[in-house]
Amino acid sequence: MPKITYIDRVGVALSVDVKPGLSLMEGAVRNNVPGIEGECGGACACATCHVYIDPDWKDRVGPQSAMEASLLEFADDVRENSRLSCQITVSQALDGLTVHVA
Amino acid sequence: MGPMSCRVVIVGAGHAGGALAAVLRQYGHEGPITLIGEEGTAPYQRPPLSKAALTGDLDPETLVLRPNGWYIDNGINLLLNEAVRAIDRPASQVVLASGQRLSYDALVLATGVRARNLDLPGSTLAGIATLRTIEDARTLKGELASGRRLVVVGGGYVGLEVAASAIAAGCSVTVLEREARVLNRVAGPTLSEYFERRHRSEGVILHLGVQVASFFGNGSRVEGVKLTDGREVAADVVLVGIGGLPNQELAIEAGLQTGNGVIVDEATKTSDPRIFAIGDVAYRPLPLYDEAGRLESVPNALEQAKQAARSILHQEPPEREVPWFWSDQYNVKLQIAGLISGADNHVIRGNVGTDRFSVFYLLGDRLLAVEAINSPADFMGGKRMIASREPLCAARLADPAIPIKDVAMKARLLKTS
Repeated sequence: MPKITYIDRVGVALSVDVKPGLSLMEGAVRNNVPGIEGECGGACACATCHVYIDPDWKDRVGPQSAMEASLLEFADDVRENSRLSCQITVSQALDGLTVHVA
Repeated sequence: MGPMSCRVVIVGAGHAGGALAAVLRQYGHEGPITLIGEEGTAPYQRPPLSKAALTGDLDPETLVLRPNGWYIDNGINLLLNEAVRAIDRPASQVVLASGQRLSYDALVLATGVRARNLDLPGSTLAGIATLRTIEDARTLKGELASGRRLVVVGGGYVGLEVAASAIAAGCSVTVLEREARVLNRVAGPTLSEYFERRHRSEGVILHLGVQVASFFGNGSRVEGVKLTDGREVAADVVLVGIGGLPNQELAIEAGLQTGNGVIVDEATKTSDPRIFAIGDVAYRPLPLYDEAGRLESVPNALEQAKQAARSILHQEPPEREVPWFWSDQYNVKLQIAGLISGADNHVIRGNVGTDRFSVFYLLGDRLLAVEAINSPADFMGGKRMIASREPLCAARLADPAIPIKDVAMKARLLKTS
C-alpha cells in the first residue's frame, strides 16, 4: 500500500499506509492528522484540506482543476505548491509522498 | 483529576460525536472516551447519501470517517447498536438500554435529528421512505430503478438532491412543495427560482403551494399521493423530505433547558455545566449574527466538536466561524456562506439566467451571506468578508468585471484608511 507522510503545522510527521482510491484528504482524516478538516467531505467545496506538496511530486499528483484553483485563491498562506488534498487520489505512484499541512 | 484525563461520554456517533472524539485526542486528551451510537456503523459521511452515493457507491467502508481500528488504536470505546435510556445527573451517569451504567465527568449529547414523518392516512404503506441513515439510503437506492416514478414530498435540500439523483438513475420525478418556492427555509428567492427552473429543465415535475392529503395504494404498497386540492399523483415510491426533528428527549427527561433543540452557550454547555450538546441537535448562539439557532450541517458539527473539546479541556475557544452549507445537484455546485435572515438588501453578481452567479445579502453595507452557484471564488471571498464584518461597496460587489478578491481587499483598505 502507498505510504504517505503527513507533516502537521507544528512539524509532527505521521507516516501511514493509505488505500489506493482514497484521496489524500481521506487518508489524513482517517488518521486524525490535525489541520485537515475536510468539511465538505471531498466535494471540492470548502478549502479546509489545504496542503503543500513537495515540488518534486508536482507532476505525479497532476494539475489543479478550475474549481480547486478558485477555492485556493482565498485560502490562507497560498504557495505555488498549494493543493486541496481532497482532489488528489492516492495510487501506487504516490508511494513515498510527503504532504505538509498548510 | 485534570481535564486531560477526565472521562468523556458522547451520546450519538454521527459526524459531530465522531469528530469530538477525534479532536479531543488531537488536543491532548488522554482520558477514557466512550462513543455511543444507535446505528451499526462507525461515524460516517451523511451528505453523500442523497447525492452520489444514492446512485453509486454506498459502501460503509468508503463512507466512514475513520475505520473501526482507529477507535481501538486511540483508546476510544465505540459502542454501536447501543441506545442510551436515561441520564442520571445526580450520579453523573448515563444508563444504557441494557441497564449498564457509565460514569462521566463530561457528557456530550450529539444525538442529531431524525427525519420528520407525515402522519397522514396511508403514510405507513410500503414504498414511502425517509432519508437519514445509510440503511435508509440502501432502501431508497433499491427503489430508484430506471423508469420508476418517484414522488418527493418537500423541496428542501434532501428532496431536491434526491430528485436530481433519481433523474440521473432514469426515474421520472415529481416534487411536491407546500410553500410557494423550493428551499424556502434555507435560501433566498433568487436561488429558489434558479433551482425550480433548473429541476424543471432536467424533467422534474414541480408543484408549488400544494399539500399532501393522503397516500393511497393497493392495500400494502403505495401507488400515489392525493393532494388537498383533490389532484392525484401516481407513484411507485415516495420520499418524504420535510426536515428533521431534534433528538432531545434524553435532555428533556434529564431536565435540561430545551426548545427547538438542546439549548447551549458559545462553549456548547447546556444548562448543566457538565453536559454539552453539539451538532444538529444543539440550539446555539450564532455570534456573527447576534441571534441563536439550530444548524443542520457538517461544518456546524465539526465546529461545535471543536468548541466542546476546548471547553471540556479548559482551552481557549476556536475563532468564531461563518456558518456554511453546500449542495450538489446535476452539475450545479451551490455554496452558501452566512445566514440571510436580517438582511435588508441584496446584490446579484453575474447573470441569474445562467448556471453561474451569486447573490450577496447585506445589512446596510455589511455582508451577511452569499449564495454562490458554480462560483467558488465568490463563496470564498464572501465568507472572508462576512467574517471580517467590514463595510462594502455594493456597486463593486455587483460588477463581475472587478475580481471578488479586489472587492474584498478594497474593503480592508477602506477600514484602515
